[in-house]
Amino acid sequence: MIYLNAFLCAGIICVIGQIILDNTKFTPGHITTIFVVIGAFLDSFDIYDKIVLWAGGGALVPITSFGHLLIHGAMDTVNNFGVMGLFLGMFDLTSSGIVAAIIFSFFFSLIFQPKD
Amino acid sequence: MNKKKYKEIVDNHTPKENRLFNCFVSFFIGGIMGLIGQLLVEGYSYYLDISTKEASTFMIITLIFLGCLFTSLGFFDKWVGFAKCGLIIPITGFAHAMMSTALEYRKEGLVTGLGASMFKLAGSVIIFGVVSAYVFGLLRLLIIGG
Repeated sequence: MIYLNAFLCAGIICVIGQIILDNTKFTPGHITTIFVVIGAFLDSFDIYDKIVLWAGGGALVPITSFGHLLIHGAMDTVNNFGVMGLFLGMFDLTSSGIVAAIIFSFFFSLIFQPKD
Repeated sequence: MNKKKYKEIVDNHTPKENRLFNCFVSFFIGGIMGLIGQLLVEGYSYYLDISTKEASTFMIITLIFLGCLFTSLGFFDKWVGFAKCGLIIPITGFAHAMMSTALEYRKEGLVTGLGASMFKLAGSVIIFGVVSAYVFGLLRLLIIGG
């Protein structure tokens, strides 16, 4: 059942992005930025956790999960360190994704030539 | 010919994108990406015997690796042109943005090109994510208290 939920959840998020892309002048860069902000907003009131419980990987694959993980890491350290925890733990959970993107794009750009 | 009439003619001749078809394609492709994500999470947690949280990190790294690899091999651009938001909204879109800027600026040198410009497209995601997470985190501290 969770496979159907994952399919539906990721599909619906992508359709919302597609509708915004088709009907406004926003570029794909705007859309991803908007979705990260939406993800951070939803998680700061514990809504995104419920979506992740319902849809599993379907809620973790879209870029909204990036915002969700940012604020999730920050909130974990806030419990121990107060306001300073916001600075301390922001990248705790997202570091893997950012590091992976930097490492892979650095080495692949050394190996491969751009194709136009 | 006045401007209104000119605009009418232009509107008639610009190719119309089929919005319903676009929505269907991005729903289908995006849904499949979500399904792959769920399958990877379950596969990793089953075969490597790790918790779901760690498995989801592994899943994100795998998808970023695939996004970078297919972009540098040259056929991810065509897929994005077809599936649009179905591949831009998933984490592969982030990898695609980083990889294509890295490939493009590689010829301008390692430090001034690749190093300086790698985050040209993907940087806004990180900047706005951090700023919004900070603001919402402060709000949450004030309202709920942690």
